[in-house]
Amino acid sequence: MLKEETVRALEQTARQLRVEILKMLNTAKSGHTGGSLSAIDALTALYFHQMRHDPSNPKWEDRDRFVLSKGHAAPALYACLAEAGYFSRDDLKTLRRFGSHLQGHPDMNKTPGVEVCTGSLGQGLSQAVGLAIASKLAGRSARIYSLLGDGEVQEGQIWEATMAAAHFKLDNLCVILDHNGLQIDGEVEKVMNVGPLGPKFLSFNWHVLEVDGHDIQAICQALENADETEGRPTMIIARTVKGKGVPFFEHKASYHGVPPSDDELTRALEHLGHS
Amino acid sequence: MSEMIATRDAYGKALLELGQENPRVVALDADLSGSTKTGMFGKEFPERFFNAGIAEANMVGMAAGLAAGGMIPFASTFAVFAAGRAFEQIRQSLAYPKMNVKVVATHGGITVGEDGGSHQSIEDLAIMRALPNMTVLCPADGPETEAAVRAAAAYDGPVFIRLGRSKVPVVFTEGCDFAIGRGATLRQGTDMTFITTGLMTAQALEAAAILAEENISARVVHLGSIKPLDVDLVLQAARETGAIVTAEEHSVIGGLGGAVCEVICEGYPVPVERVGLRDVFGQSGLAEELLAHYGLTPAHLVEAAERVMRRK
Ligand SMILES: Cc1ncc(C[n+]2csc(CCOP(=O)(O)OP(=O)(O)O)c2C)c(N)n1
Ligand SMILES: [Mg+2]
Repeated sequence: MLKEETVRALEQTARQLRVEILKMLNTAKSGHTGGSLSAIDALTALYFHQMRHDPSNPKWEDRDRFVLSKGHAAPALYACLAEAGYFSRDDLKTLRRFGSHLQGHPDMNKTPGVEVCTGSLGQGLSQAVGLAIASKLAGRSARIYSLLGDGEVQEGQIWEATMAAAHFKLDNLCVILDHNGLQIDGEVEKVMNVGPLGPKFLSFNWHVLEVDGHDIQAICQALENADETEGRPTMIIARTVKGKGVPFFEHKASYHGVPPSDDELTRALEHLGHS
Repeated sequence: MSEMIATRDAYGKALLELGQENPRVVALDADLSGSTKTGMFGKEFPERFFNAGIAEANMVGMAAGLAAGGMIPFASTFAVFAAGRAFEQIRQSLAYPKMNVKVVATHGGITVGEDGGSHQSIEDLAIMRALPNMTVLCPADGPETEAAVRAAAAYDGPVFIRLGRSKVPVVFTEGCDFAIGRGATLRQGTDMTFITTGLMTAQALEAAAILAEENISARVVHLGSIKPLDVDLVLQAARETGAIVTAEEHSVIGGLGGAVCEVICEGYPVPVERVGLRDVFGQSGLAEELLAHYGLTPAHLVEAAERVMRRK
């Protein structure tokens, strides 16, 4: 259990990061709002509580590593990296601009703190599996984390990686599934039902946990539980709300790839108690 | 200023019409039906529309099965995921057996813009062109897209059609005809020829107008059919104008530039300059910024024309 004040501080960080996400998307005038907001509480727990990393030394060999498999949530990742100090918060204003190091989708060769290139869905998890194997081969205790979308897991490659992670007994791999129930064309269940997810990962010999993906205490406990699990990778199915934190973006597929307008930004910031 | 239409919008309209005319026309998508515009068909014919979810390889495989069962499937997603993610399914399940499937790939090239290099397909024409039995089309504008989609539906075999995200100027007229394997001379000229495809055709027409002011007579040949290529039209341009500039929103390797060079080397060698991405991936930015950065503007075409003429 985390101390009450630790949880409050993380929640405050997540609120601040939501503000950064909305501002950068509004400035960029394009990008993915819904899936960045549904993922930010999990990313906050990872970057500001769970992971061992050193923003002043992004290439530190023994760092824990994070792979944003659902690469379109790049704004959430960039907000965390800036907050952690990998680069200046001012850079966030250049998101998606020509010449910016903050590309529309994460680019390991441009952005400090980004571990691999993602954006084509379904490919990040395989790379996380490779990183987890490399960590073991090198005798490092470092852990590998990844975040998947619930539409993303429709890709066949996800299940190939799922099979491999269990086969290689990668207990240093912990994956969070951002289960917000929506993809671009609508509800995941209606577009192409991939559920039930928990039993699927269980039958692939993963350790499976389910949490409220906006309850930071619960996420941190699940991450700790994953730490202690031996012989199997862990899948944390995080029940989330797409667009979480901004009532008029919540549960809406239509805000998947649409940035907040100026007016929406003003109203959203009011909701987040930021003016 | 001519009218602006996105080729993907023209596709949505043509596919809907084909659906009304022929009950064997079916459509598939991979969670991008709003962007690829197959959603228009899906709304009208829900029983003939299949969303594969985010599973492009399976989408292409299902399309192959539908074709084997007598349907005329149109399968769509972004060009990177169509030609890339589902490449081997296209090879083994469509090209090798000559399956009657139309892969209509939208968001080709760098004018995808802000999404960045991971989403900008600059190699799809090359890899599709390398497949035996494959027909590869890259229309210039809205009207030609409608005609190309109809021609693909009428043709029995696999077709890859590359379309774009952004609005592009109309150069053809509504109801124009389109024949697989045939190019079109859009402007006569005697000093050199621009051979272009996709949205670069409109840029070449602008470049030719600029060159005319310098008393250079530039021909513009548009090839909406990359494969089969209109070999006669290309060789005629080589013979009559003696210098060629190719231009495409694609890598200079293996696409239109590659195809034209192959024909010219074997048939009638003359100097060629290839305009396109010079073996690099794209990046985030506005479509116009990227066209300028990668050298795909009328001004760049004028420079290329002057370069190639010095080599005559
Ligand atoms: C291979 C691939 N196909 C299609 C896309 C286009 N695309 C981007 S986001 C998205 C929907 C993702 O849904 P989900 O995984 O549920 O993400 P979230 O709801 O968390 O935003 C799609 C289809 C892509 N990026 N990669
Ligand atoms: Mg989702």
